[in-house]
Amino acid sequence: MFPRPIEKSSPARRVGYQAFLPVALLIWLLPLLAIFLTSIRSAVDINSGNVFGWPSQFRMLENYTAVFTQSDAAKYMLNSVLITVPSVAISVTLACLAGYALAIYRFRVALPLFFLFVAGNFIPFQILMVPVRDMSVQSGLYNTIAGQFLFHAAFQTGFCTLFMRNFIKALPFELIESARVEGVKEWRIFVFVVLPLVRPAIAALAVLIFTFVWNDFFWANVLTQGEAVKPITAGVRALNGQFVNNWHLVSAASLMAAVPPVMMFFLMQKHFIAGLTLGAVK
Amino acid sequence: MAVTDTGTQSKQSWLKRNKLTVTPWVFLAPALCFFAIYVVIPIFESLWLSLYEWNGLYDADGNSTAVWVGFDNYVKLWGDPKFWTSLVNNVIWLVMFMLAVPAGLFIALFLNQSVPGMRLYKSLFFFPFVISQVVVGLIFGWFYNPDFGVVGSLWKAVYCEETVNIVGNLTFRCSAPVPDILSSETWATYGIILAGLWPQIAYCMILYLTGLNNVASDQIEAARLDGAKGWKMLWYVVLPQLRPATFIAVVVTVIGALRSFDMVAIMTGGGPGEGSTNVLAYYMYETAISEYGERYGYGSAIATVLFAIMLVYISYFLHRMYQDEKGGH
Repeated sequence: MFPRPIEKSSPARRVGYQAFLPVALLIWLLPLLAIFLTSIRSAVDINSGNVFGWPSQFRMLENYTAVFTQSDAAKYMLNSVLITVPSVAISVTLACLAGYALAIYRFRVALPLFFLFVAGNFIPFQILMVPVRDMSVQSGLYNTIAGQFLFHAAFQTGFCTLFMRNFIKALPFELIESARVEGVKEWRIFVFVVLPLVRPAIAALAVLIFTFVWNDFFWANVLTQGEAVKPITAGVRALNGQFVNNWHLVSAASLMAAVPPVMMFFLMQKHFIAGLTLGAVK
Repeated sequence: MAVTDTGTQSKQSWLKRNKLTVTPWVFLAPALCFFAIYVVIPIFESLWLSLYEWNGLYDADGNSTAVWVGFDNYVKLWGDPKFWTSLVNNVIWLVMFMLAVPAGLFIALFLNQSVPGMRLYKSLFFFPFVISQVVVGLIFGWFYNPDFGVVGSLWKAVYCEETVNIVGNLTFRCSAPVPDILSSETWATYGIILAGLWPQIAYCMILYLTGLNNVASDQIEAARLDGAKGWKMLWYVVLPQLRPATFIAVVVTVIGALRSFDMVAIMTGGGPGEGSTNVLAYYMYETAISEYGERYGYGSAIATVLFAIMLVYISYFLHRMYQDEKGGH
């Protein structure tokens, strides 16, 4: 293990280390703590300039309720769910199929096709912006929920296929071969042999794509107009304009927007990290 | 024998004989179609559109009103000071963002211990990455605010004293003016990058933590017996084993730097001044969908430049992957 385990050092260093840990964490998360404290302050504190000290009153419940009653935050949150969930479902499904094809079958264009998915995943969004926006306007998908999740699903398919193909490639190929020898149909091999084995990969992709799509801001601006179908990220920005000088409410809304991905992360931590390392670092 | 064989085979359907050739395409078709429509074809459309001038409108017959201008858009870009500012800022982003890699390694080394509660500490350190960049941008925008942000409050505590003015209101008299980072043409970009580094360091940290888990302990012990420790151990024994983690960390950091859009949009909107914090990604958006009418052609030209820069890294990444694939067989 590197660095040398702290248990092997002198007691003084060990105590020092354990005392320093929470301090380091506090410094690291200072911006977040500050905004949380702001979100539970009263308007009086904000106006009197007490934004860094201890709150004079705790208004957590009032502030968070105000965000929902005085703005469209609830609708934005719902929109985010309606955009994110289908994006995850579609991209992961398509990637299971494509990843299986690219990992198991040997055909000449398998590698070039795989690289196409990989490359597509790294391109800047701006190179897609004008054509995708124009296509959405032409097909009536502009400013709709479906228009947003269809794009996200297609784009995330690149990353999902990269991950899924590598995951399936690492499975023991003998399993598939022996099933073929037994005369099992190809689609049955996929459903009954491969799918149960890739469950961890599906979990990893689901949490990761959820976070990516939930946190998207660029496409929310490109593919929507007005308030009706905006997700929470774009909504928070709109609230920022609406709640000028009501920093306690903006803070509360921002933190609300962060809750679902944070929950996802804490619930599925192991899968989340496996996904982030692109399967390259195990 | 061969003759009789073909006789029986022709009775089988073509589909059955070519099962292993056709099946992968059936599995691939949905993903491929979807990906082609939304990703592959639009790339080429953008490249093509960068040679036109177009406000995004169609005439009564449904034909696009785009006008062919050849390389005119690129000639204009060459003489556009805003473009150069954005490009220079992108370079600053790239260079500064690279700090996330060593910083992430440093935090990972600090956290790679097994004291009680370590798992929770690690996840809390990772926290900033999970939060949307919009929220990070808002948090830091407020953090930097000279009037009521954390930076402002700390500054006042050190350099200012409270006085009551003639009218009876509380004011501050400061020995040095409170810095307004996001309104300064010199510092705003660095302020945004610092905010962007926060989640990026967390990402690199998690990559290194996973990598450190897999460092071969026998090699470390052997090196220890040989008297290696500290920096030398890190440089000669640990880092070579962390190479896959470093590779991914560099790749995602480069992409993160070139994709920077959310933070700029939220924190400064490209300002202050003549787009002093603009980056190509934001300048492209601003140009293509601006209040003064849409300029799809010019925007596409900016996007093409950004794409070309990214292509260098994509090619390098694919090259590395190709080497791995060849090695794997």
